[in-house]
Amino acid sequence: MSQIDFAKALLDNERPTPGGLIDPKGRPAGKRFDVYRNNVVLSLSDALSDAYPVVQKLVGDKFFQAMAGVFVRQHPPKSPIISQFAPEFPDFLAAFPPVAKLTYLPDVARLEKARTEAYHALDATPIDGAALAALTPEQMSEAKLRLHPSLYIISSPFPVFAIWQQNSDAPETAIPKHGQDVLIARPSDMVEMRTLPPGAADFLRALNAGRTLGETIEFCEKIPLFDLTENIGGLFESNLLIKIES
Amino acid sequence: MPLIPHLPNSVGVGYKPQHLDDILADSGSVKWLEIHAENYMSAGGPPIAQLKRLAEQFPISCHGVGLSIGGERPLDKDHLTRLKHLINWLKPASFSEHLAWSTHEGGFLNDLLPVPYNMETAKRVADHVNEVQDTLNVQMLLENPSVYVAFAASTMDEITFINEVVSRTGCGLLLDVNNVFISGTNQEYSPEEYIANFPVEHIGELHLGGHIKDQDEHGAPLLIDSHNDKVVDPVWTLLDTLLKRTGPKPILVEWDNDIPDWSILESEAARATTALEAIS
Repeated sequence: MSQIDFAKALLDNERPTPGGLIDPKGRPAGKRFDVYRNNVVLSLSDALSDAYPVVQKLVGDKFFQAMAGVFVRQHPPKSPIISQFAPEFPDFLAAFPPVAKLTYLPDVARLEKARTEAYHALDATPIDGAALAALTPEQMSEAKLRLHPSLYIISSPFPVFAIWQQNSDAPETAIPKHGQDVLIARPSDMVEMRTLPPGAADFLRALNAGRTLGETIEFCEKIPLFDLTENIGGLFESNLLIKIES
Repeated sequence: MPLIPHLPNSVGVGYKPQHLDDILADSGSVKWLEIHAENYMSAGGPPIAQLKRLAEQFPISCHGVGLSIGGERPLDKDHLTRLKHLINWLKPASFSEHLAWSTHEGGFLNDLLPVPYNMETAKRVADHVNEVQDTLNVQMLLENPSVYVAFAASTMDEITFINEVVSRTGCGLLLDVNNVFISGTNQEYSPEEYIANFPVEHIGELHLGGHIKDQDEHGAPLLIDSHNDKVVDPVWTLLDTLLKRTGPKPILVEWDNDIPDWSILESEAARATTALEAIS
């Protein structure tokens, strides 16, 4: 029996206990092998639950456990770093028939995944507005603004931030009828989130893609209701700017 | 200079972030901390910042749970590189890993899985230990497993197997006393005899932890290594017997699931400290 056979049987309860595994009296190991089966599925299910607590709240503990059993058998971690476990979970939810009616669920999972990734992202020290204010208009137009490496933006046709808040730290949150763009970042110790005003997601994505401030503004000013002053202010309020390259 | 294990002959605990404030306020009998290497391999973030802070105050034992030294496949070079990076900046007092496997072609299974004890496996494990020691520039400690099944393919007992690996690698040993009690009970051998025959001259660290009692389908006792409770009395007795053979050693109390308040974990550490003082 190879470790491949052992591993396949661990992740598939329909398979018999691999041959050659015995108890101290030489009898085939039945329940003894099941200890490993339970350890693998339970420990990975717990890790999934730690990473996606709001998805768990939305579907209920019992359903989540059953779904986790399906997911972890299909997608065991690719590396031993458990904090990076289950990046496939949002896409899994989008294709998992029993939750098809919860159309917003994959985007809530994307929000939770972004929170985990922001928490573990590279550290960087934000800078204040003085450096930008010191530039001439021409320099400002040519400048590239480097944003915090923990920045994530989730754009959803569903009110995902409100759903997240209602099911975590703010149960009284009202759920709007429109979609939301959500900013997730960890400028210091805590993961911070807020909804973005019109055009801000495009503004931040353009800057993050390495466009100059001039190019970014030219692009974003075509977006209805885009407010440049508000967006520049938002960069500093959320401590997102870490470097100006001119 | 390679890293030679140099934890103090005092008591440490497995570090859990929820205990950070208690530890910084008053660590009591706890004189050093052990971390799971894989929890500190992100690009950045608060866990790494916390560990840097703790490492200024406490000796740190770096304990890997994902290298899959017992695996049939080659060691994961990317994972070795990550370990090397961690050891380079953390400068731990010790690096240890398990006599077990956890990774196969499909991915990482997040459990410590058993290997058959025969010469073929001993050679493979020794090759992997040598590769770890050469790549990381450490003398590593190899930990005895808790096992639930035996292999028809085994041709030697666990101590003979461990001696074979030590003689081929020069590695040190981490003796988990709870695992001795679990494996002895599950495999129907005497934990006392195991302790009496263990090559204590290679021990660099001892582990203690809690377990769950169950039964197999024939009604035979089946102990499960759950690290979710206090250390049981028979394990404390085994520790006393062992310490008479070894003299003072670094002792770790592990508690990884159903994590208790700091005061409860600290009281387990205090009990281990008493056991150490009794032979000093």
